[in-house]
Amino acid sequence: MSFPAGRAANLLLAAAGLALLVVAPFTGLYPVFLMKLLCFALFACAFNLMLGYVGLLSFGHAAFFGMAAYYTGHVVKEWGFDPLLGILTGAVGAALMGLVFGAIAIRQRGIYFAMITLALAQMVYFFCLQVPFTHGEDGIQGIPRGRLFGLIDLRDSLNMYFFVAAIFVVGFAMIQRTVHSPFGQALKGIRENEARMISLGYPVARIKVMAFTISAGLAGLAGATKSIVFQTATLTDVHWHMSGEVVLMTLIGGMGTILGPVVGAGVIVTLQNYLATIGSWVTVVMGVIFVVCVLTFRRGIVGEILARLGWR
Amino acid sequence: MQELLGIPAPLLFGQLLIGLINGAFYALLSLGLAVIFGVLNVINFAHGALYMLGAFMAWLLLTYLGIGYWPALILSPLIVGAAGIVIERTMLSRLYELDHLYGLLFTFGLALIIEGTFINFYGVSGQPYAPPKMLTGGYNLGFMFLPTYRAWVIVASLLVCFGTWLLIERTRLGSYLRAAVERPDLVRAFGINVPLMMTLTYGFAVALAGFAGVLAAPIYTVSPIMGQNLIIVVFAIVVIGGLGSILGSIVTGLGIGLIEGLTRTFYPEASSTVIFVIMAIVLIIRPHGLFGRSRE
Repeated sequence: MSFPAGRAANLLLAAAGLALLVVAPFTGLYPVFLMKLLCFALFACAFNLMLGYVGLLSFGHAAFFGMAAYYTGHVVKEWGFDPLLGILTGAVGAALMGLVFGAIAIRQRGIYFAMITLALAQMVYFFCLQVPFTHGEDGIQGIPRGRLFGLIDLRDSLNMYFFVAAIFVVGFAMIQRTVHSPFGQALKGIRENEARMISLGYPVARIKVMAFTISAGLAGLAGATKSIVFQTATLTDVHWHMSGEVVLMTLIGGMGTILGPVVGAGVIVTLQNYLATIGSWVTVVMGVIFVVCVLTFRRGIVGEILARLGWR
Repeated sequence: MQELLGIPAPLLFGQLLIGLINGAFYALLSLGLAVIFGVLNVINFAHGALYMLGAFMAWLLLTYLGIGYWPALILSPLIVGAAGIVIERTMLSRLYELDHLYGLLFTFGLALIIEGTFINFYGVSGQPYAPPKMLTGGYNLGFMFLPTYRAWVIVASLLVCFGTWLLIERTRLGSYLRAAVERPDLVRAFGINVPLMMTLTYGFAVALAGFAGVLAAPIYTVSPIMGQNLIIVVFAIVVIGGLGSILGSIVTGLGIGLIEGLTRTFYPEASSTVIFVIMAIVLIIRPHGLFGRSRE
């Protein structure tokens, strides 16, 4: 789903995006808000890799997001890992979990895949509720932000912001690289016509598991980063509500578009920020947005813009 | 005290009874999911929320109108079924032509709306609901104590499950329904109103969830979140059993309930995860489920 206007437009867009990332903290926007937004944007992009490019809806991505947050929190707080190393540990842990879950879940397609991933994620939730290292209902609190490479103090919001922005750019670039590689083309082939890909000799099952692993790893990267930003890892991050939220972000922004999940994450995180005062009505608002999007706005914001411009 | 496998017999049978009761609810709910999926091709994520709605209706009827358990056992499913029919006619029916995922996402949103609304008004803590006078007390079976209400729940849900199976497999209406699952276009050509059948199917299956909710009200407390974790367990059961057969979903529901009860006796730490582990094992050995057939 690249822009047909070609490389120049892509480069221009990338430059504009990078400029926006650099300027954003100086526009008076609260850095923690921006960091939260970037974490969720990366999470949604990782999720969209499965839904948008392989056509498989995972309803259990919170398991990777939340588990990675726990791994990172644990190794940074208890074992004194460097923040970067801690985040990488979380992401790798999530990817390994994605490998196992993917191998189980790809045995079914479509709607079953969604139910299986949801059930596996629920298993992770119950696991986290019981094992000691997650500290149950309390979660892991007071994870130190520490010093990056022992030099840069991440307790400073601006330093932390640029660290998060760098992680986002790396994660986003990895997704772009995946989508536009021959591997990405094979993924799209599977989405469009799986039977044909099998008869062409592609190892479809292995490709799907690999895509799921990458998606889980990047979702983990997002969750791990979030745990350093907010210095906590809690059950909220592994709950199925979180899986639903990332589905909603992708849906509202535009499934299968490059920028859709980023825009969707922006909309939802902003909304949650403003709606924080109405308490538990937020759930109802999310539900209404879900229903309205599915009934009338299935292309999502970015998908709608692209369609209006005649680019799809 | 009698012992079986190193566990006191009353404890073992007590846990098995709880397992059987849970299994009865799993069976009722997964049956409804299977019927809806068979006819409408939609996975109804709102099933847990509608089960909760059924329980809450019984509680509201009692609290505000003084209507007791027995009338509520009829009224509450009717209300939930009517709500289901409105939902199907006004919204869900627009999604049949699209990818199945949209049906799941739509009903997910619906579940959030229903549960969120009730949480706002009643909080997450439960409201007590007493069983009817007639069903209080219990029987001493010698090896264990059987509360009357629990016996009633098992009997009632098995009767309803079996009745639904008869309705679909052994009546003319059921044969239309099964035909509409295979070839809706042909059935329509024979002059049968397929959209109406789909609406009624959704209403009926949702009413089953409401019925389960009323049955559950005196056992578990009536709370807005009573359905949200249950629905995921039921999803796992549906994956284990496969959505192909109605009898299959009943058997799987009861069986899983019993296994869960046994796990709670012998290794309580795993009781909440055992269902998901079984699901993973079944998927590795029989990807389409125990009773399922390959179908997209």
